[in-house]
Amino acid sequence: MKLDAKIPGGPLAEKWDNHRFASKLVSPANRRKYEIIVVGSGLAGSSAAATLAEQGYRVKNFCLQDTPRRGHSIAAQGGINAAKNYQNDGDSIFRLFYDTIKGGDFRAREANVYRLAQISNRIIDQAVAQGVPFARDYGGQLANRSFGGAQVSRTFYARGQTGQQLLLGAYGALMRQVKQGGVEILARREMLELVTIEGEARGIVTRNLLTGETERHAAHAVVLATGGYGNVYFLSTNAMSSNVSAIWRAHKKGAGFANPSFVQIHPTCIPVHGEHQSKLTLMSESLRNDGRVWVPKTPGDKRPPNQIPEAERDYYLENKYPAFGNMVPRDVASRNAKEQCDLGKGVTETGLAVYLDFAGAIERNGAEAIRKKYGNLFEMYERITGRDPMRQPMTIYPAVHYTMGGLWVDYELMTTLPGLYALGEANFSDHGANRLGASALMQGLADGYFILPATIGNYLAGTSTDPVDPGREEFKQAERAAAERTDRLLTIKGKRTVDDFHKELGRIMWDHCGIARNCEGLEKAQTLITALREEFWNNLVVPGRGPDLNQSLERAGRVADFLEFAEMIVEDALAREESCGCHLREECRTEEHEPRRDDEHFSHVAVWEHRENERPRMNLEHLSFENVAPGRRSYK
Amino acid sequence: MKINLTLKIRRQSGPDEKGQFRTYPSGPISTEISFLEMLDILNERLTREGEEPVAFDHDCREGICGTCGAVVNGIPHGPEKKTTLCQLHMRHFKEGDTLVIEPFRARALKLEKDLVVDRSAFDQIIREGGYVSVNTGSAPEANTIPVPQNTAEQAMNGAECIGCGACVAACPNASAMLFVGAKISQLALLPQGGPERSRRALAMVKKMDELGFGNCGNERECEAACPKGISIRNIARMNREFLRAAICSEEE
Repeated sequence: MKLDAKIPGGPLAEKWDNHRFASKLVSPANRRKYEIIVVGSGLAGSSAAATLAEQGYRVKNFCLQDTPRRGHSIAAQGGINAAKNYQNDGDSIFRLFYDTIKGGDFRAREANVYRLAQISNRIIDQAVAQGVPFARDYGGQLANRSFGGAQVSRTFYARGQTGQQLLLGAYGALMRQVKQGGVEILARREMLELVTIEGEARGIVTRNLLTGETERHAAHAVVLATGGYGNVYFLSTNAMSSNVSAIWRAHKKGAGFANPSFVQIHPTCIPVHGEHQSKLTLMSESLRNDGRVWVPKTPGDKRPPNQIPEAERDYYLENKYPAFGNMVPRDVASRNAKEQCDLGKGVTETGLAVYLDFAGAIERNGAEAIRKKYGNLFEMYERITGRDPMRQPMTIYPAVHYTMGGLWVDYELMTTLPGLYALGEANFSDHGANRLGASALMQGLADGYFILPATIGNYLAGTSTDPVDPGREEFKQAERAAAERTDRLLTIKGKRTVDDFHKELGRIMWDHCGIARNCEGLEKAQTLITALREEFWNNLVVPGRGPDLNQSLERAGRVADFLEFAEMIVEDALAREESCGCHLREECRTEEHEPRRDDEHFSHVAVWEHRENERPRMNLEHLSFENVAPGRRSYK
Repeated sequence: MKINLTLKIRRQSGPDEKGQFRTYPSGPISTEISFLEMLDILNERLTREGEEPVAFDHDCREGICGTCGAVVNGIPHGPEKKTTLCQLHMRHFKEGDTLVIEPFRARALKLEKDLVVDRSAFDQIIREGGYVSVNTGSAPEANTIPVPQNTAEQAMNGAECIGCGACVAACPNASAMLFVGAKISQLALLPQGGPERSRRALAMVKKMDELGFGNCGNERECEAACPKGISIRNIARMNREFLRAAICSEEE
């Protein structure tokens, strides 16, 4: 597998300009001769589809929900970063770049991350022009708040629904293009196969989720903006339908998969209530601006929080990390919560929770101010738990939230398969081994509004404008493969349900490939996953028929892919014998018990290559740092 | 705590099939779980017993994507105020309760299967002008457009709509005016929406009528059912916008 990141020459700040100038362009008159498939309608997918259509390309946009406005970006709460420096607090493009690279523990490409910081400001401009109702100061200027991993205030927000508002902005832009005829929306479609012709991506095969029909769609390029794969853990903050299938199918057709084990565990989620829990709900990290994290000093202290005097509380983040306190990055907060619970200091009946306390902030700023700032988050918490955070501390615990890994892409966001692009959470590009808060929205929109529309021409300009024929043998073959898989799932007629398998897989992943990992556990996970997959294909029961709306069958297809993919995550975690970002290898720790990164051997991106009936092969893209020195990430 | 409920669920195997109510005992249900988790448990049981599970729409399960929704005991999204079905928790029900569960129904929302309905009519309305026409790249610097805090807040009150369709299901006239009013208000309040204000109001209202949604009769059922608490002030504002456009503007 050849990995050419195609980083443009010149100084860091000029690379993006240089690249755009050196890129080939497609003339406006020729653009309508090219068809582009965009799979996914979250921030990256809808912004890309809308912008490509504005440029004159013909776009088909696919989503598995009933309307493109429901992509899971909608659930992002806290905000979106940009280097505007409106607060005059020392922010700059270089600082946002530096914070992101450092937050990612020096496992991302300098050039990509710098470009992201450069583009961040234009995203805010675009969203404001669309009528996204960001929070304002009294003078009418945009307001900001601070987020974990940064010491400046650079996060733009719309109450606790920033993702929703940005997505509806992009959805509006998309609908405008539908009206103008540039975009066709194909909702309730799930991509089952990628079609390649002579080694280049030329289409997809989908399932119409309402009728069960398989359909062929041809194009000159295929863009995957299908989100992350956190649901391989079963319980995560992802939406129920979030899955790995589209990028996994692409991987099996030749697209390299980068750093699959880089999975972010978010520290502030509502703890698990019991065995029937179907998903976990995140409480925005912005709560840590005012909330203080603590546990009782004495293990096993079961008194209610208000009966534990100040002196018997352990504000462990403030004590261990005085510079950042409660605002340490997500991985640090998650790991420490788990450590405290492992020491027996966890609270609630399960012992798997810590407190996030607003009493101090309420006393300092008044109940009204706190309610105004976090009101809707507090309501959400109360709705789920039946407890009011204004009266007693919240209980929180880490949960799988975001996946930094994804399809490997070059500087142009093209995967190792020519003509196939990956955007947003579906690619691996910008967050290294750990993503900072409020950076996912920034990356999704940078990819979709600004980067892909500027890079795709470089590929299309060298591609014939002749329409791609969906009647070709490659399409028929892909369609047959998809249909056969569906039939196989329906005809096993075993005893165990899809969810039953999914839960067991999730348990294996969480126990052995979660917040902390070690060689022994990972090897055990490999054995368990292989056995579970075997059982899946022999003992699964899927009710209903193929040619029908069949939600069990949809889930079965996704879980079948998770069962293959999980093995690669574990393999990747095993191969990375260092602790970096979210990835803590228990064998690799300093004497103070902090994670030990190993730049000498692991300053690289691990890119997995699919091989039929063989273990995947690992290829390496070495990372070089010319503008920042990979220091030890310390938040003390 | 565990409770036992009787579930009367409307089943229909396809858009053109006949529907009927089926009754299922819930079995012991923990009061800590959500409504949709209760349906998950039922579906697991039906699957094991060889019956087809109940099809229902859902995705984020945190009350923001707008995918879920069903009428529970006559109320869209169930009895809790400002709560989507996925956020409704079983602690609000008590031992022995009977829950009648039906899909959202309206002429403009086609039923697909069981509790799954087609809400693409909402997309068609937004398509007519539920946006600001600004191409990527042509936006001015963000702070050159000051927006008074109160205006931004009011715009946000409309913008919070999740497009779930509960307002239509709750309305005796199957009106979509709360949905449409929320979007028109958001954009009419903000300076960015100014240039297209008249055209937007005329086009969106026209499409809404064409699709077979009814008119507002001031019953306020939509507001009561809205999981985001969107106020019918937005309908008043929409009517003003429409009148203003129809009488004072030169848009067709």
